[in-house]
Amino acid sequence: MAIKKFAVAAYDDEEVLFPAVKKVRKSGYKLHDVYTPFAVHGLDEAMGLKGTDLHIAGFIYGLCGTSTAVGFISWIFCSDWPIVYGGKPHFALPAWIPITFELTVLFAAVGMTLTFCYLNQIMPGVKKHVFHPRQSDDLFVMAIELNNHTSEQDAIAFLKSTGAKETSIQMAEASWWYGRWDKKEAYEALNAG
Amino acid sequence: MNDRFEIPARLRNTSMFLIAVGVLTLVGGIACLLMGHNSTDADKSRFWAVLLHDSVFFTLITTVSIFIQAATSLAQAAWLVAYRRVPEAIGANVWIFGLIATVVMFIIVFSYRDSHGVDAIYPWVTPGHDKVLLGKAPFLNKGMFVGFTLAAFGLWSFFGRKFRAMSIAQESAPKNDTKIYWKVFRLSGLFLLVYALTQMSTGPWLWIMSVQAHWYSTLFSWYTFASAFVSGMSLILLWVVYLKNQGNLELVTKEHMHDLGKFMFAFSIFWTYLWFAQYMLIWYSNQPDETFYFKMRQQGPYSIIFYANFIINFCMPILILMARPSKRNYFTITFMAMIIIFGHWLDYFQMIMPGPLGENWHINWYEIGIFMGFAGILIFSVSRTLTKSSLIPANNLLLKETVVHLS
Repeated sequence: MAIKKFAVAAYDDEEVLFPAVKKVRKSGYKLHDVYTPFAVHGLDEAMGLKGTDLHIAGFIYGLCGTSTAVGFISWIFCSDWPIVYGGKPHFALPAWIPITFELTVLFAAVGMTLTFCYLNQIMPGVKKHVFHPRQSDDLFVMAIELNNHTSEQDAIAFLKSTGAKETSIQMAEASWWYGRWDKKEAYEALNAG
Repeated sequence: MNDRFEIPARLRNTSMFLIAVGVLTLVGGIACLLMGHNSTDADKSRFWAVLLHDSVFFTLITTVSIFIQAATSLAQAAWLVAYRRVPEAIGANVWIFGLIATVVMFIIVFSYRDSHGVDAIYPWVTPGHDKVLLGKAPFLNKGMFVGFTLAAFGLWSFFGRKFRAMSIAQESAPKNDTKIYWKVFRLSGLFLLVYALTQMSTGPWLWIMSVQAHWYSTLFSWYTFASAFVSGMSLILLWVVYLKNQGNLELVTKEHMHDLGKFMFAFSIFWTYLWFAQYMLIWYSNQPDETFYFKMRQQGPYSIIFYANFIINFCMPILILMARPSKRNYFTITFMAMIIIFGHWLDYFQMIMPGPLGENWHINWYEIGIFMGFAGILIFSVSRTLTKSSLIPANNLLLKETVVHLS
C-alpha cells in the first residue's frame, strides 16, 4: 500500500523481452513485474521467480478438512447424539470416509483458490494499476521500481537500450486496492508535486 | 548417442541366479509334496496357489506395458516415446508369463484335486450339489475358462509383439512416413477394446475371484486392474532408472520421470478408491454371503496383510510421493516403485490365498523363491529383448516432441 515510482517499458516481441528481462536483473534494477497478453513459457524462470508454495498450503487446508470432518462427525455420533444405525458401531469410520473425503477436497479447493487470489492480488472488485493499456492486448510491459536515488534519465536510457518501443515514468500504487478504479486525480497531484 | 543396450554381466548373472533360485524352489516344493509323509491338502493347495498367484501377477503387470503403449498411441501422447522401447520390450514378453499362467491354471482346473476329490483352488470345477456354484455354472465352467484364458493371453501376446514389431518397422520406414503411425493408432483402439473386455472386466473374475466362487464383486476386475496398473508403471520406471544408470536413454530427463511418478501417485489413490468402494458397500449392507470375504481378511488370519496392504499401497505413496521434489528424485521414486510392486504383490496374495488356504498361509521360502524365479525370468527376457534394437525409437513422429517435453 504505497505509491512508488516506476520506469515502464513496452516491448512488442517476446524475443526482445527475454534478453531485456535478463539485462534488467543483471544491471541491479529492481524488477517490479512483467505484464504479457498471454502466458509466456519460461518467463517466470527468466524473472527469477521461485516455485510457489501454494501446494503446501493446499496440503494443510486438506488436513484441516479431514480433521474437521472426522472430528465433527465423531463428536455427533459418539458423544452428542449416539444412535445405533443398522447394527453399526458408533464410531463407524468407513461410512464417514466419503464425507471426510469431500470435506478434505472442499477445504483444499476453497483454501487454495483464496490463497491463489491473495498471492496474485486478484479478487472480484479489487483494483490494480495498469501500467500500459495495451499490456493485455499486444505489448509486453515491464515495470522496474525506482527510488529517490535512481536517475530517471538513466533508467529510461537503459530501457531504450534493451529494445523498448515505449518508455515512461509513472507514480503508481504498487499493490492492489479495493474501491474506485480511477486514481488519476491523485496521481496528477503527486506528479505535480 | 549410446542407443544400444548390452546386458552387463552383473545383470545377466543376477537374472540367472534368480531363475536358478526359482527352479530350485519349485523342485524343492515338488520334493516336499512327494516325499513328505504328512503333506496335507493345505500343502498341495499352497504349492499350486503360489504358482497361480505369481504367474497371474506377473502376466497382469507386464500386460500393463501394452496398455500404456496403446493408450498413449491413441492419445497421440509424446511423453512416453523417450523410453517407449522399455514398455515395448516388457510387452513383447507377455507371452512367457501368459504361457506359464495358462499351464498352471489348466493343471489346476483339469488335474489338481485334493484328497476329497475337490478342486481346492477353483471350487466351481467340482460343484457337487452346491446350489450357488451350480447357479453360476453357465459362466464358471471349464469351457468358458479355457476359451477365455486362451483368447485373452493369446491376444495380449499378439498385440505386445505386434506393437514392438511396428515400432521397429518405423525405424526403416521413409522419414516422416505416417503409414505405420496411423496403423498403430487403429490397432491401439482395438487393443483397448480387447483389454477392456479381458483384464478390465471379465478376466480377473475367472482367474482370481473364482477362487472364492461363492463371493462376487462386480468391480473386482477394475480393482485388480488398478493394482496391476500402478505396479506395471512402477516396473517400467525401474527399467528406465536402470537403463539410465547404465548410461542409456539419454533423452529421458527428470520431466519424464516426474510423469511416471505422477502415474504411480495418482493410481495408488485410484487403487485405494476402488479398494475402499468394494469394502464399504459390503460393510454397509452387511449381507452374510458377502461379508465372509472381508471377515476372513480383516478380522481373521489375514488381518496383518489386510492392513499392511492399506499402509503400503495408500499411506506410503500418498505421503511420500505427494511432494513434487520426491517425484523428481531418483532415489525416492525407485524406492517407492519397489515398495509399490511389493505392496501389490501382497494385494494379489490376499486376493488368492484365503480361498484355498484358509488360515494356513505362509510367506516363507517357497513364496519368496517362486517370486524370485518369476522376477528372474522377467529380467532375463526383457533385457534380452532390449538388446535387439536401438533404445531410441528413431524416426518416431513424436520423437522431437518427447525431447522438449515438460511434465
